[in-house]
Amino acid sequence: MQKSVGPPKRDEAYNFAYLDEQTKRMVRRALLKAVAVPGYQVPFGSREMPLARGWGTGGIQVTASVIGPDDTLKVIDQGADDTTNAVSIRRFFARVAGVATTEATGEASIIQTRHRIPEAPLRAGQILVYQVPQPEPLRKLEPKEAETRKMHAWGDYGLMHVRLYEDIARFGRVATTYSYPVLVNGRYVMSPSPIPKFDNPKLGMCAALQLFGAGREKRIYAIPPWTEVKSLDFDDHPFEVQTWDEPCALCGAADSYLDEVITDDKGSRMFVCSDSHYCEERRAAGHVGRLLGSETGQKLTGGAKE
Amino acid sequence: MYVAVKGGEAAILATHDLVAETRRGDPAVPEIGTEQIREQLGLAVARVMNEGSLADSDLAALALKQAQGDAIEAAFLMRAYRTTLPRLGSSLPVDTSAMTVRRRVSATYKDLPGGQILGPTYDYTHRLFEFDLAGGEGRAPANVTPAEQPLDPRMPRVPDLLGDEGLMEPETPPNGDPKPFDLTRDPVEFPAERDVRLQALARGDEGFLLGLAYSVQRGFGGNHPFAGEIRLGEVAVEIVPEELGFAVDVGDLTLTECQMVNQFKGSKDVAPQFTRGYGLAFGHAERKAMAMSIVDRALKGRELGEAATYPAQQDEFVLYHSDNVEAAGFVEHLKLPHYVDFQGELELLRRLRKELEARIRREQDEASRPTANAKAGD
Amino acid sequence: MSAPLDSAAKVATGADGDAPLLTATGVTRFYGERIGCEDVSFDLWPGEVLGIVGESGSGKSTLLRCLAGLDRPTSGRIGFRDGSRVTPDIFALDEQRRRALMRTAWGIVHQNPRDGLRMGVSAGGNIGERLIDRGDRHYGNIRVAAVDWLQRVEIDPARIDDRPTQFSGGMQQRLQIARVLVSEPKLVYMDEPTGGLDVSVQARLLDLLRALVRDLGLAAIIVTHDLAVARLLTDRLMVMRRGRVVEEGLTDQVLDDPQHPYTQLLTASVLAA
Repeated sequence: MQKSVGPPKRDEAYNFAYLDEQTKRMVRRALLKAVAVPGYQVPFGSREMPLARGWGTGGIQVTASVIGPDDTLKVIDQGADDTTNAVSIRRFFARVAGVATTEATGEASIIQTRHRIPEAPLRAGQILVYQVPQPEPLRKLEPKEAETRKMHAWGDYGLMHVRLYEDIARFGRVATTYSYPVLVNGRYVMSPSPIPKFDNPKLGMCAALQLFGAGREKRIYAIPPWTEVKSLDFDDHPFEVQTWDEPCALCGAADSYLDEVITDDKGSRMFVCSDSHYCEERRAAGHVGRLLGSETGQKLTGGAKE
Repeated sequence: MYVAVKGGEAAILATHDLVAETRRGDPAVPEIGTEQIREQLGLAVARVMNEGSLADSDLAALALKQAQGDAIEAAFLMRAYRTTLPRLGSSLPVDTSAMTVRRRVSATYKDLPGGQILGPTYDYTHRLFEFDLAGGEGRAPANVTPAEQPLDPRMPRVPDLLGDEGLMEPETPPNGDPKPFDLTRDPVEFPAERDVRLQALARGDEGFLLGLAYSVQRGFGGNHPFAGEIRLGEVAVEIVPEELGFAVDVGDLTLTECQMVNQFKGSKDVAPQFTRGYGLAFGHAERKAMAMSIVDRALKGRELGEAATYPAQQDEFVLYHSDNVEAAGFVEHLKLPHYVDFQGELELLRRLRKELEARIRREQDEASRPTANAKAGD
Repeated sequence: MSAPLDSAAKVATGADGDAPLLTATGVTRFYGERIGCEDVSFDLWPGEVLGIVGESGSGKSTLLRCLAGLDRPTSGRIGFRDGSRVTPDIFALDEQRRRALMRTAWGIVHQNPRDGLRMGVSAGGNIGERLIDRGDRHYGNIRVAAVDWLQRVEIDPARIDDRPTQFSGGMQQRLQIARVLVSEPKLVYMDEPTGGLDVSVQARLLDLLRALVRDLGLAAIIVTHDLAVARLLTDRLMVMRRGRVVEEGLTDQVLDDPQHPYTQLLTASVLAA
């Protein structure tokens, strides 16, 4: 299953990767600062983009500022390469940057993502670009920007743990399942974007560079490679990730994040890998899930592809 | 069909074809031209220019046509185009006191130099349908009789008249007259200064600003505004090309300006004076300019030492939420798949319910034992 | 009546007691032209309870806000000593270090419990926040401390997961006190701590406060317009009028033998009431 597409012809009506060079330099300066101060939200002059705010304009500006003609781009949304917005953003860069695109995690030099970190470990030299809707992890506790900036400056993060305390008191466990806050490099509390907390352990000591772009909120932040990232918790209620009672119904993986697919109107459901490329690779290697041969399994693996 | 929302490129391209089809509507009806939109839907064009932050009526008309009349989608098109345009230079500040006025009304004086000029306004139409408009072609052109005398060229702005008497707070540029902030190039920080606020209000959603202005009037905000003056007309736009070193007229702009006169302020040391709220909009956009001027005044509270108790008085609230392109993007992004996050919530909810059921069962078991009954009797 | 005061005074002569805890020097606060408080100087010793009395508008709340680090004085200094760590002027510190000091070295009991509590957070969370701020990251320990403090302020520990909005005014005030005291401050500021409560509720709260201050060897500065509260809780008294201190001394002395005409008027009005 060859999933890479060679470089298409670039639309010459626009500058390479859409943004003008001046803007790219501005974004790169913000990125450098973000890398120098891991987890710190750097304000930047976010431009208005031809895609809607909230649809990945931050990630697109970051990608546009770091991408070169030799890069190979992978775009995922919810872990999958074939979700509508991922397709749309991949088309955008194929058109304005004329770069090669791929669905293979290992082949990509830049991966733009919304809501997931690929299952396969990333390697040195890769860049993972996150689309971020709300960069401020404290926003739900304190709506005022002037106040949250002070809280960050002073490392005044007690309120965050009060929220965790309240969850445990009420539910017996922390009830945050995505956008689970982390402490980066022992200094800044950061929102990992709405990835499931299942992915949080992949944030720390990662070989790849992780860049976060929030277009509407005009913030950029970063986790440099090999940086310590700790999910907030209590000593006696350590951070834990989601688990499922069954493996992926298509490839049998027991170590991946699963999407739930409802298969009829009588409550039947199946669980499948959210990382579509990971699932494909496993099936190509001969792994067979419980429902791969079923009508549903066939539809999901073959029917829904373009 | 249970197949999850996974669309290939072909499906996306098909949506574009479907949009084109629905936009055209019944092909038996003649297609509308952008000149028709520009000339006959001028108020809609003005709104798109304002919220799209680009004074180009031809593009605004095209945006409206392409967006099937959706003002926010049209403004979005304008913004996305605008951001790719190079900056060739900055104009000099336009002088609205030298406006070629077509309409000018003041609610604060019965008469004033230059007089009250009603101009084109819906104010005194009775909102009764003109059914013959539905007929379309063949109507006689509107019967407009020119006035016997030309308008008085002296048309001083009302706040300036008050200012001459020292009754209006002066508005002078900050020290050194620095270049204004540009919110399309730099991230806004709070508290935001007036130049930032006015820029944001100028491109802000008319409906949102209208609601805020209304809230101020109804009591969610302290000031009582008087419409000092509203004027509509054309002003000259001038730039100073570097190589020439003098101002060159590059054309006219239609503008609507509103200056609200608000209740006075003063202290032991500063004599009481009126305060000003300012609104300026492209084209004929009176409601927008008025709403803007009321919200501008409400946001001045910090400088005037007023408490910022209500939404219209809080710059962060107003500025972050008045941009309809951003707001629409974020509200509508909920259409995008969220099934990864949702799966996390599902998993947790099922687990919590299971734990609760187990606990209730355990407690019921304990309650049914005889020892527990004795305890209950204590 | 003065027995608890004696025991508090004894703490003042302990190891920590050879230097003042708090030193106010010429503390002055203007609001534009208006005087909030002017030229107030005094020392507060470890374990000592100081009352500030006066009518409303006399400047006592302004002074308290300055002392507690909430309002910067127009002039004057407020020094604080935490063991061997001496801060000559808390307003010379940057805001971050001042906030840290405010959080660890002293606490503030506001007149309105809503100003001192997070109304959307459970009682346990309210008490726990101070421990979390201090760096505690063990849920079980925080829970145990919260239960302990609920008991000490006479709130049923079964209410630990209820929000303050479900509490009566007196309970809210006791919860606020627990939240302040759990982190073991050296000094507590109280602004009309019994104001706005029914008389019977007031009496119970006063008893509680007196016992806590005594048991913990706390220093406290209590602003009140209620001379009965001052007599019950304080060792020493400052009488303020129009922003200035007009009289100060041991509480019993000031109340039983007032020297300044204004103090005489104040005490007389209590007697007359």
